[in-house]
Formats: sequence, C-alpha cells, structure tokens
Amino acid sequence: MSTAAQQRRKERIDRGIKVRTDGLYALMSWRELSYLIAPRSILIVGLLILPLVMPGLYWPRVITIVCIYALLAMSFDFLAHYVGLVSLGGAFFVGVGSYLSAILNTSLGFPPLIAIPVATLAGGGICTLALLPCLPLRGVYFAIVTLMYPLFMARVIEALDIFGGTDGIMGIDSFPSAWVEQYGMIVVVLIFLFGLRRLVNTDLGLVLRAVKDNDQAVKASGMNITRYKALAVFIASAIGCLAGACLAHIYMWTGISTFALDFSVLPIAATVIGGSGTLVGPVLGCLILVPVSELLRDFGTLRIVFYSLILLAFVVFRSEGLMAYGQRKYHQFERWTQI
Amino acid sequence: MEILIYGTINSVALALYALGFALVYGISRLPNFAHGALYVLSGFITWSALNTLGLNYPLSILLTMVVMAVIGALIYYFFLIRVRGMEISEIIASYAIALAILEGLRWGGFKGMTYTLPAFIEGSTVIAGISVDYQRLVVVGFGAALVSFLWLFTHFTRIGLALRGMAQDERAALMLGIDSDIMAIVAMALGSMLAACAAILLLPLGNIVVESGYNVLILAIAVCIVGGIGSWVGAVLAAFLIGFAQILTVVYLGSHYQMMVALLAIILTLILKPSGLFGQQKELEERV
Repeated sequence: MSTAAQQRRKERIDRGIKVRTDGLYALMSWRELSYLIAPRSILIVGLLILPLVMPGLYWPRVITIVCIYALLAMSFDFLAHYVGLVSLGGAFFVGVGSYLSAILNTSLGFPPLIAIPVATLAGGGICTLALLPCLPLRGVYFAIVTLMYPLFMARVIEALDIFGGTDGIMGIDSFPSAWVEQYGMIVVVLIFLFGLRRLVNTDLGLVLRAVKDNDQAVKASGMNITRYKALAVFIASAIGCLAGACLAHIYMWTGISTFALDFSVLPIAATVIGGSGTLVGPVLGCLILVPVSELLRDFGTLRIVFYSLILLAFVVFRSEGLMAYGQRKYHQFERWTQI
Repeated sequence: MEILIYGTINSVALALYALGFALVYGISRLPNFAHGALYVLSGFITWSALNTLGLNYPLSILLTMVVMAVIGALIYYFFLIRVRGMEISEIIASYAIALAILEGLRWGGFKGMTYTLPAFIEGSTVIAGISVDYQRLVVVGFGAALVSFLWLFTHFTRIGLALRGMAQDERAALMLGIDSDIMAIVAMALGSMLAACAAILLLPLGNIVVESGYNVLILAIAVCIVGGIGSWVGAVLAAFLIGFAQILTVVYLGSHYQMMVALLAIILTLILKPSGLFGQQKELEERV
C-alpha cells in the first residue's frame, strides 16, 4: 500500500441519546424514555395484534408454530451464546416435552393447562439428567453428542415399540380455544424472552458468561462449573420441553417426528439469521423464516434447499445477523475518517 | 462363520465411509457434515454419467472422482474457508451444504428404488459354506488397498507429509512454508474423492437413496469418534469394532437395533473417553 493513497475507515460512535439512556438519566425526558421503550413496545404490540390481523384458519396456526420455534431458538441462543454449550439437539427437548405431556394427558387425564407445566419441569429435569454426563465436553464434541441424542431416542422408541411406536400417541386434548392457544403461546414467548434477557444480566448470568469465556478461571474462583452448566441446561431444556408440550396439544398428536432434525436445524437457522447472542434475534428470525417456509410449502423439499442456502449465506457472509445489525444502526452512527 | 465374513465386510464398508471424514477432520479440523451428502452425490453423478451421458463404467468412475474432487475444493474455497476455526459455524455451514445437496437431489426427482449402479463383477462364490457375492469381496479388497494407499501417501509423498505436518502443528507447518489454506483445500478434495470411492464401491450393493446420506454421516462420525481423531489405526479398529457389533446385534436382536449401535457408540465414547480409543492428541482441549 502506498502512503499517498487516501485510506479511509469507518468509525462508529454511540449516539448521544444512547449514552444518556444508559443509566438513571433515561428518566430525563419523554424523548429518552421513548427511545428505550419504542423498540420493545413495537415487538410486544406487534406480537399481540398478530392473531387479530391474521385471516382464515391457516395463518393463525402458523403464528403458534412461529412461537414454538421462537422458544426453541431462544433456548439454543441462551445455551450457545451465554453458556458456551452449543446444543444441536433441540429436537431432543421437543420430543421429551411432547411425549411427557401426551402421556400425562392421555394416560393420567391431566388437562392441557396442567399437563404442559408439569411436562415442562419434569422434561427439563429428564433432559438435564440425560445431558449431565456430557457437560464436561467442549465445543464440537458437545455439539455432536447432542445431535445424536434425538436420533437415538427416535430409534429406541421405534425399536422397542414403546409409547405407541411408529404410530405415536393420538387423541391428545387440544387447548380450550384457538384464542387461548395463540395468546397463550405469544405471552409465553414474551415472558421467556424478557425473563432470559433479565437473567443473563444478573450475577448468575455473569457467571454463566464467564463459564463460556474462560471456564478454568471460574473453576479457579472456587465455583462448580458443572453445577452452573447443569442449571443452564435445565433452563434451556425446560423451555424446549415447553415448546414440545405445546406442540403435542396443538397437533393433538405426538410421534417420532418430534425428534426429527427440523426442530434442531430451523431454530439454529433462525438464530443465525436473527442475530446470535441477542435473544430477540432468534424470535425475529423465526418470524421471518417460519412464514417463508410455509409459503414455500408448495415447492416440497425445495424449501429446505432454500433455507439451508439462506442459512449458509448468513453463516458464511453475514454472521452477525439482522438484530445485531439493527441494534448497531439504532445505537450508533457511522462516518468515514481519514487514516 | 457367517458373522465373521459379513462382519468383516460390514467393517470395511464402515472404514470406507469414515476415511474421507477422518482425513478432512484430522487435517483441517473441519467436521465435514456434508460428507454423507457428497457420498450420495457421487453416486448420482456416476449414475448420470453411465445412463445419461452413456459413458462406459471405468470412464464414468474416473469422471466422478475428478468432479467430486473439484466440488469438494470449490465448497471449501467458497464457503468453508471463511468460517475456518469457528467450529460451530463450520458445523452449521457444512450441514447446510449437506441439506442443500440432499434435499436438492430429492427435489430433482432422485428418489425411489430405481437408481442402482452395476456391480463390478456379477455373480457370487462360496467361502466356507457361505455364499458371498463378488462385489463384497471387491469392496474388502479395494478397502484394504485404499487404507494402505492412504497410509503410504501420507507417510512418503511431499503433499502427504505436508498434510500430516499441518495436522500436527499448523504454526510450525506455516513456518516451514506449507500453505495451510492450500493444504486444507487439498484435504477437502481428497476427502470428497474418498467419499466418491466409497460410494462407487458400496452403492452397487443396494439402491442409491437420498436418506443414506444421513446414515453415512452418522456412521462416519461414529467411527472417527470411537477410533480417536488423528489415528489411522484407531479408525480402522473402530470400524471393525462397530462393524462386528452391528452384525452381532442384527443377528441376535434384530435389524431395528443396527443404527442404535453407532449412535450409542458415539454417545458412550464421548462421555467416557472423548479422545477416542486411540487418539493421543488434544485430550485437554476436549474436556474441562
């Protein structure tokens, strides 16, 4: 490079209002307050009016599917980017949750609104116990082992012919009404979204992030990292099981296909596209990906080709994702400076 | 006796599945989740060369090898090189490639039972009272030949030594003038060629089906994990271990359980000894 050539670089500086709203000064004026509240309320209000504006019988169903994938994607994002455990086995959580809720409902006669919370907590416990031996594993090894869990479970159910075998469990009660179904799912997504955002900023979240960045340092501080990892896995798998349990009651059916790779891959794609490590990003990604994949349903398996190509493009060329991009534009301004 | 013969054949098949995956992972630390897709793809390329282009069998095999090597190199050069070192992105990206290839083939009409490759030599023979068709013997022969060829290649040629150097210590290899990017591309091309070899040898035994792409991937991962990364002996031994275990479960429990063996082997090995039975390196990095 010759020195004569003018070289420029892009400089990013926080907007004044962003700095002012960081602390207590956010209460200074309505402008500052609305700067903070606007993005959040757009999301909340937007999600809440979705069932009202969606026509027909088909699209409301898509909303609930979006919510289920959003829960899964949040659980993946939380585990991968705040604890450092990349789990490719979201389908394992879904399968366990849906089978538990189905069994509670059909065999023990629990109504859906009781079966789902019970399945959530019990499923979280079961998944945590199952994953406990793998917790010391790192990076790609944890990813591979979690990828194998749902495949293994599907084969076990198929081979032993338990829980209805390949036919699955039928005759599960549905939600009392479509409104309960849609608003229940949306409210659950919002609760977990803001709950997780708050959780990662508490002391516990700090420890979890430390486990991700440097587990030896956490160990040296006298903390039991396996305990913290188990706790995080419990939270994430409970969210996954909740999604699975709701799925069982929405379709009024559960089967081996709940262990299918779709439930592992689509949430990851949504997280990558929406912006990993933001927790809102995955929800956004699901809001984009799931309807697109429904629109492409006519093309059969070509839609999987489409979304895997989109995923590939985002992973390779735009790994920050939409949400991180949006946040940057919202909080910072850019200008070119001479070097 | 039947168990012994079919166990050996099954084990060699597993070793063939795993060779390409093990090579790529051992050298550039890239868990190539597209391996199974490349396997299926090469089956379809051979089939198209035979039936659509009307070439003869040896020529279409040669063509497939070359095309697969180019495809592997291109995939690496355009996509995977950009996420190099970010393990999770590598997994997601290569898995996305696999999905795109497999589902693309499925959409393109390659499904059902109609696609088969001809055997090298038709007919069968009788060994110790068990009838074995020639193709399976060819598989065993070529499998052994491939493994020994690879061993010789990585121990006595310049490129092979460079590949091994990079696998052992990338910085030192860089200092000695080995371009790690080019070597990684070479490794990926070789890995794809090995997938093609496996496909051409093994596909005449059955139909070409898209679903087998996923199974091949799982089996390849199983062999590599159980054997330990970076150990040829380990990979071959693991192939025999899993191969015989599979045949034994098929004989005594039923064919439902065949795939479970591989999955269980992966899970158990990773939990108990993540570096595998014979992996010497990187024990510390895998576990906390």
